[in-house]
This record gives sequence, structure tokens and C-alpha cells, in this order.
Amino acid sequence: MSTAGDAPKRRGKAPAGERVADWADGRLGIYSLAKANMRKIFPDHWSFMLGEICLYSFIIIILTGVYLTLFFNPSMGEVEYHGAYVPMQGVHMSQAYASTLDISFDVRGGLLMRQIHHWAALVFLVGMFVHMMRVFFTGAFRKPREINWLFGFLLLVLGMFTGFTGYSLPDDLLSGTGVRFMEGAVLSVPVVGTYIAFFLFGGEFPGTDIIPRFFVAHVLLLPGIMLGLVVAHLILVFYHKHTQFAGPGRTEKNVVGMPLLPVYMAKAGGFFFLVFGVISVIAATFTINPIWVLGPYRPDQVSTNAQPDWYMGFSEGLIRAMPAWEMVLPGGYTLNLGVAIPLVVIFPLVLTSIAVYPFIESWITGDKREHHILDRPRNAPTRTAFGAAWISLYFLLLVGGGNDLWATHFNLSINAITWFVRIGFFVVPVVVFIVTKRICLGLQRRDREKVLHGRESGIIKRLPHGEFVEVHEPLSREQLHTLTAHEQYEPLEIGPETDENGVRRKVGPVQKLRARLSRGYYGEGSQIPKPTAEEFKELTSGHSHGH
Amino acid sequence: MKKLSARRRHPLAALVVLLFALAATGGLYAAFAPADEAKADTSAASSQSLAIEEGEKLYATGCSSCHGTGGQGTSDGPSLVGVGAAAVDFQVGTGRMPAQSPGAQAPKKPQVYTQAQIDQLAAYVASLGPGPSIPTEEQYDPAGADSAAGGELFRTNCAQCHNFTGEGGALTNGKYAPSLDGVSDKHIYEAMLTGPQNMPAFPDSVLPEKEKREIIAYVNDVQGEDEKSPGGFKLGGFGPVAEGMFAWTIVLALLIGVAVWVAARTAKARKS
Repeated sequence: MSTAGDAPKRRGKAPAGERVADWADGRLGIYSLAKANMRKIFPDHWSFMLGEICLYSFIIIILTGVYLTLFFNPSMGEVEYHGAYVPMQGVHMSQAYASTLDISFDVRGGLLMRQIHHWAALVFLVGMFVHMMRVFFTGAFRKPREINWLFGFLLLVLGMFTGFTGYSLPDDLLSGTGVRFMEGAVLSVPVVGTYIAFFLFGGEFPGTDIIPRFFVAHVLLLPGIMLGLVVAHLILVFYHKHTQFAGPGRTEKNVVGMPLLPVYMAKAGGFFFLVFGVISVIAATFTINPIWVLGPYRPDQVSTNAQPDWYMGFSEGLIRAMPAWEMVLPGGYTLNLGVAIPLVVIFPLVLTSIAVYPFIESWITGDKREHHILDRPRNAPTRTAFGAAWISLYFLLLVGGGNDLWATHFNLSINAITWFVRIGFFVVPVVVFIVTKRICLGLQRRDREKVLHGRESGIIKRLPHGEFVEVHEPLSREQLHTLTAHEQYEPLEIGPETDENGVRRKVGPVQKLRARLSRGYYGEGSQIPKPTAEEFKELTSGHSHGH
Repeated sequence: MKKLSARRRHPLAALVVLLFALAATGGLYAAFAPADEAKADTSAASSQSLAIEEGEKLYATGCSSCHGTGGQGTSDGPSLVGVGAAAVDFQVGTGRMPAQSPGAQAPKKPQVYTQAQIDQLAAYVASLGPGPSIPTEEQYDPAGADSAAGGELFRTNCAQCHNFTGEGGALTNGKYAPSLDGVSDKHIYEAMLTGPQNMPAFPDSVLPEKEKREIIAYVNDVQGEDEKSPGGFKLGGFGPVAEGMFAWTIVLALLIGVAVWVAARTAKARKS
């Protein structure tokens, strides 16, 4: 619109946008911040958006959660219900349960908000789980990202407990049973369990303190910490730059992709609304936690199908699979091993194994370098096998936690399922480990085959003397690069048994173990040597068609 | 009078007096006894004995192989002495009996006998020993019963096995508490009364008629044709396991689908 004359030398006031930006820059210094980050490059891959699903569902949870707190009354004071839901009228219940009924039936949009909140919570945890799987199997947790892996791990654990406290707030019969379960776990802690339980509940279970306390933890303490961790997590993603898969032009020193502004801002913004949309549609059509049919919590009642939300399901599986062992020490002190072993010992172990894995791997492999190019899972068979074994154990425990539903839906005996879980707890991860490792090696062989002989074209040629051969198409240079870009490591060596003077070197058992584990990771039978340039030349120079 | 007093020491005098006395009592009885009901009784008794006879025949064909020829029970089936007509009406009326195969529990299936035949079978089994009889409609009709009170009773007595809303649940060794979806009011009442298969019985001394009606009213509110599900599809009503499964399958698949779609639509580098 501007004419040629007035464009270069503009007089008078600058445009409004520029003046606002100038005003803000003078006070916040946003110019340099924006200049440094606006053109930040992010690589494109759908699996890099799993973390975004978590971020967006977290935002959705906060938004809907704020709405719910306006109407929720976190009190265990007893009232008689006289609201809109007929099958509960006249029933005595806590104010927490009554106000949740009110949110569901008397507050405008309340039920939809509750269901969005709850579905988004399930999606948040599923998203974190899948996001962590992606990070794990591609080796994105390696240096320099170990701290960010820990932040993510903390978010997962805090997310689990925020979910648990939120699930307990309505004080319904289902969640009350869950709180009772938790009380049992606390009581089973040797020596101090009773004291901790009394401290937590302000006296004997259930008391009148637990809901208000859970409320503070659920709306203030835990989400506050999580918000801080989310911000730190994102700052570190910016600081480290995003990882990328191997490909032509992609090195450890660059990032190939699109700039944050405008491309990723638009994509991420759009993705937020898509995630919000999917969750809202689900929440508007599928019931979640229908507390109105569950009834208020009373310690003398219980229902079948009393299970926690899925992210706590493995604790339920542990408890259901564990035999009811109990020991009375001389002096009359009871050790409840049937609860203590699964919930005080194994439950934290299952979780901490996630947290410590990056450190264990870098110790075993002795790899202290920075990594920005991702591994394909097949190229790290031992790690992939460990991950798959962990997941198999986790899902086995979920099956154990829902053993009653497996029994009724597949016409099985619940006892048989429990025994399957008991034996499978020890056997399934081992089998999955072996099978996964072998599949990875098989895929590595396939890659090697493809690089050296090309892709099977499906065309059969008959030669003049009658022989049939299948024509292989050579791969493009880009494909060849991608398939051979990964590094292959040598296992750690302990070194010679004797030093230069012929004296036996002292090698500690820890060092020996480390070397053995390292051989397990990178030794013979744990990776297929990738084709070398010489092998490739030798095979492809002589004749044009491979076979 | 002279004649009478003259014969008062006659050897047959006592007999005559006795005859008069008997005639008087018999006549008085005939005059005062409720004649109509006595008549009705006899006809009911005769139709009842007919039903028992017919029931015995049906029993001999369909039931005796497991329950024994006289209902005394065998190693394959429990004794039916004293289970009452209500138990027969429930077990046969819901198709659970005759059992198709041995197993942890006889499942519900299409009913084999007509209601008339079931009544005959029930009459026969009831004749073996006293037990609860088939409830009348006013006993089990939940109209006007307090379903909120029924909910409390349900959660106290039934939900442990049948779940919060009667979706059913697993018991040990392949046994299970069946879903209450589509079970008629009469059958729910009879099940509570007689405790079929693995279910404990809740006789009127434990759960009076009124409370049974309240429970039926609650079940009708949360289960079956009249149920309202304000939150949308209820995913079976099994609680968090089903919800978690749904989140991991359908919701995750949708979101990954969306992510793949967004990732595939990238800005083209401008050629300049």
C-alpha cells in the first residue's frame, strides 16, 4: 500500500505494534530473548510430539481443575443429600461427595468439566509413559540429557500421585477403598508404619483430615512442583536443542528442521487445539468415574472392580499376585510381608529403575560423550530388550491388577490368572528380553543385507542358462547413509591381567562385573557388524545387479 | 318320659346315647363349618396334586440324573429337599437349570421349559420339603420403593460380588457373580430369597420384603432398560480398568493419529 516515496524515510509515529514491542523490550528485554529463540530449529517427527500431548493435557487439566475447585468442598463433614440425583436422595455422605454430585448434576457444565479433567489426567499419564518410551528406545536420555530424563521421571511419579489424590477427593466408595489400600501400604512399613499412618490420617482411618489434606496436595503442592518441573523440562529442551534421527546432512553438531516461529508455533498451537478437541469429544461421549453410582465411602462397604486408575494399577497387580505372607517376631511384632514386599520394596524399585537407567548404561558402556543423533531401537539391542522387558513386567502387573475382569471376560479362573502373574513376574521379562534382543539382531542383519545387496524388487529374471535370480535394487545414497550412520561400540576391556612388570593387576569384582555387562551390551552376539565401505565396494563394483 | 326312664338301664342305652351325641356334633359341625372354603380347598388340593404329578414326570426326565430320583441329590447335584418353589422358579426360569455341562457354575441361558411346566416342577420340588414359595407380584414389585435406601443396602450386601451397579464380577476358581442387566424383578427377588449356586441366601429374617423391594428399585435405576447414564457411554461400568484400557487404546490411537497428521503437514521451504 505504501508508495515508493515514503517507504525508506518514515517520519512521525512508528506503527502501534512496534511501539508496544519497544515499550515491552525497554522493560523486559524481550528482544534479545526472542532473537535467540524465535528461529530455534526443531526437527520434524511425529514421535517428537508425544511430549506435546503431555504438555497440552497438563494445561487442560489445570484449566478444568480451576473450574472444579470453584464448586468442590473438600470437607468430610456429614450431610444428607437433597440434590438432583434421585437414587442418592436422603443418603448420608461427606460434603466432598455431595459437592461432587452437585458438580455433576447441578453445576452448569460441571459433569463435562469433571470428565474432561479426568480423561485428560489419564491421557497425561499415558502420554508421559509413551513419551518416555520414545526417549528411552531412541537413547535420547544420554548425555547431556540425563537431568532432563530425571525431571521427566519426577513428573511421571508426581503425576501418578497427583492423579491418586485427585481420584480420592470425591470420597466415593471406589476411591475410599483406594485410600484404605494406601493406608494398608503405609501400615506395612516396618516399625514406623503405624506412626506414619496416624500422622497422615490425623488418627484412626478414615478420620476427617485426609480429604482436606489430599485437596491441598492435589490442587496446590503437587501441581505447583509439577509446573516448575515442566518449565525446567522445557528450558532444558531449548538449551540442549532437540535430538534428531540420523539422516543425510544431520550431524551431532546441527539440527535439521523448521524454525519455532512461525512454523512450529502454528503447528504446536494447532496441535494443542486438536488434543483439546479429541479429549473433549471423548469426555463428552464416554463416562469416566461415575461417582454417582459408586456411593459415598463407608468403611464397612466395598465393591468388586475396586481398582485404581491405570497408572497405579501395577501396585494393585503386585498386591493381588503376592501371597499373603505374615511373620510374627518374638515379642509380638507383626511383619506384614504380603503387603510390605510388593508395596514398600518392589513398587519403588519398579519406578526407580526408570530413573537410574541412564546412569547405569553410561557406567556400563563407559560412554561419556554427548549424543544428539538418536539410535534406532534395533541398533541398541540390549537397551531395547531391557525396555521391552520392563514394559512387559509393567503390563503383566496391570493384568494382575485387573485379574477379575480378565477372568469374567475370558471365562478364566481368577486363581489361574493370579498364578500366571506370579510365575510370569519372573519368567515373562526374561523371555521378552531374549526375544526382543533377537528381533533387534534380526533387523540389524536385514539392514546389513539391504545395504550390501539392495532392496528386493520382487522381479524374477531367468538367465539364458535357465537359472532364476531375483533382481535387487540398490538403495539410494541417502538410504545407505541412514542405515549405516549409527556407531558401533567396543565392549569395555579390563585390560591385561598383568602389568608391564609381570605383576598380577588387581581388578575388583565391580570392574569385572562392569566388563561383563559391557560385553553383554556390545560384545559378540549383541550386535551385527554393520557393513564397511570396503565390503560395500567389493560387492557393488564388479556387477551392476546384486542378487 | 316313663318309657324312657324305664329303658334307661337297657343294655343298648349307652350306644343310643353315643349315637345321638355323634349325630349332634356332626350336625353342629356341618352347620357352622365354612362350607365354601372347604370345597375350594379340596379342588385346589386336587389341582395341586395334579401339578405335583406332572412335575414329578418332568423332574424324572430332566432333573433326576443329577438331583436323584427323589430329589435327594447325588454326587453330581445337590439335594432339592427344602429348596422350595422359588428356587426352582429362579433356576429353571433363568435357564440355568437344566445344566448343560458340569462346571464352576451353571450360566444363564435361554429357558428350556414353559412357565406352566416350571410351575409344575416347582410344585413337585416344593412337595419334597418346606421351602420358600414363589413370590407374588406385590412382594417384588418395586413401585414406590425408596431406591436410595436400596442403593445403601445394595452397596452393603451385593456390591462386593456384583459390582456397584450390578455389572457382575469374578469369584474364585472360575465362579462368578453374574450381571444383573435384564434380570426380571421376580428373579432378583427369588435369587435374594433362595441364594442360588454360589450366592448366599438373604431370607426375610435378614432382608425383609420391603428391603428386597428397595434393592430391586435401585437395580432398576442403575441397570437395565430404564437406567440413565448421564456421563455418556459407560464402557461396561467396570470402573478404572476399563477406563485405562480405553485411554491406552482408543484415545492414544486417536492422539497419535492426530500427531502423525500434524507432523506430515510441514511448511515447504520457500524457493527464492
